[in-house]
Amino acid sequence: METVYKTVMMKPQDNVAVALSNIPAGTVVQMKCRGKIMTVKLKDLIEFGHKFAVVPIKSGEDVIKYGEVIGLAVKDIAVGEHVHIHNVEGKRGRGDKMSHAK
Amino acid sequence: MQNKLWGYRRPDGRMGVRNHVLILPTITCATQAAHQITQLVHGTVSFIHQHGCAQVGADYEQTFRTYVGLGTNSNVYGVVVLGLGCETHQAREIAAEIAKSGKPVEVVSIQDYGGTLMAIAQGAKIAAQMVQDASALSREPFDFSELIVGTECGGSDACSGLSANPAVGVVSDLIVDHGGTAILAETTELIGAEHLLADRAVDDKVAKRVYEVIQAMENRAIRMGVDIRTGNPSPGNIKGGLTTLEEKSLGAAAKAGTRPLQELIDYAQIPSKKGLVWMDTPGHDIEQLTGMVAGGAQIVLFTSGRGTPTGSPIAPVIKIATNTPMFEKMKDNMDVNAGTIIEGTETIEDVGRRIFAEIVSVASGKLTKSEILKQHDFGIWRIGPTF
Repeated sequence: METVYKTVMMKPQDNVAVALSNIPAGTVVQMKCRGKIMTVKLKDLIEFGHKFAVVPIKSGEDVIKYGEVIGLAVKDIAVGEHVHIHNVEGKRGRGDKMSHAK
Repeated sequence: MQNKLWGYRRPDGRMGVRNHVLILPTITCATQAAHQITQLVHGTVSFIHQHGCAQVGADYEQTFRTYVGLGTNSNVYGVVVLGLGCETHQAREIAAEIAKSGKPVEVVSIQDYGGTLMAIAQGAKIAAQMVQDASALSREPFDFSELIVGTECGGSDACSGLSANPAVGVVSDLIVDHGGTAILAETTELIGAEHLLADRAVDDKVAKRVYEVIQAMENRAIRMGVDIRTGNPSPGNIKGGLTTLEEKSLGAAAKAGTRPLQELIDYAQIPSKKGLVWMDTPGHDIEQLTGMVAGGAQIVLFTSGRGTPTGSPIAPVIKIATNTPMFEKMKDNMDVNAGTIIEGTETIEDVGRRIFAEIVSVASGKLTKSEILKQHDFGIWRIGPTF
């Protein structure tokens, strides 16, 4: 069912959008971003301020918000799935990825 | 829009928006005596810290510069520099630097004056006279070209980059357009957004420095062999929906508005240019705040999504909530609500103008929440070990 839950997508090239309230799983939300309209059925509960995928994101692909890279998908992410630390890693300041890391 | 500000003219020509007498302890051992003086004498401020001894090289210099910058900040009428006597950061040397600004400065040493109680008595007597002299000054009009405003975000959530930070970006542009100075800082929280700021640098030299300070900050985490995400974004940021440091940075960079980046300055350094400047500080809220105030900021804008009590002993901090539920819950601490942007009842520009008007009021005497609650936070960015 389509609802009035508010979400925001910052740039048309983004592959994630942000929930502006707690939105239950199964809700159909609509995003408008500079003339682009997208409809997404949420697979998970998305809490206020958290992100969900608006297109499928493959493991190894960049996650895009504000039209910029915010990290790397480390699992395949389906449309409507919660996008957070369980499936995305940062690409910067990764001392743990260096050869001297324990 | 009402743009006239009312402040105190200092001997070096700078304008203060407060008229404090600062009891400046140069060493941990003197902080308790300094605190006692603030209990005895109305109109004095001080802070507790753990620095001022067994520091060397660039780390010694950075702490020295911070002390001097706080003493010379134009919100301070006069300073009692309180030392123990045997520390590396000698009270007399710091006082001599502050005295170059022409403001009243006196030195009290616990060892020279015969112990804690004598030092408190002597410091209180000097401070009492300074407070009365300060109170005889009247505010006079000045304009934004004489104002340095620090900008900061702490306890960020996913709304920070949508509401309060872009609104502060509007204010940053307004300050710059009125001839003033806006400080962007927290280098850590610009990792991932540096290309956007380097593109706005006035020349190649500034653009090159942007990449240098970002790389230096990122290398500190890499040298430790850890993922920077173990410390930043913080657990609260992550709970608020921020997934990576890059995401947090892109939201944080919105505070910088759209004007050209004039220069990149060191921690606690006073800007030499007007307009938008970047101070190289860590993301740690209190270390950043202290650095900007030591760099001459008379007022600081501080956005928060999770809510924070942060304040400075010297500069009023205007705290801006990114969302209405937190603003309602933490009204004791927060000054302005930008959550109306999320609800769609106000635009980013509306809130920016509201914050700008609040700066005019606060600069002219209105107290902020953190001043009323005596939230006198202080922390120096240490860049070397203690020996």
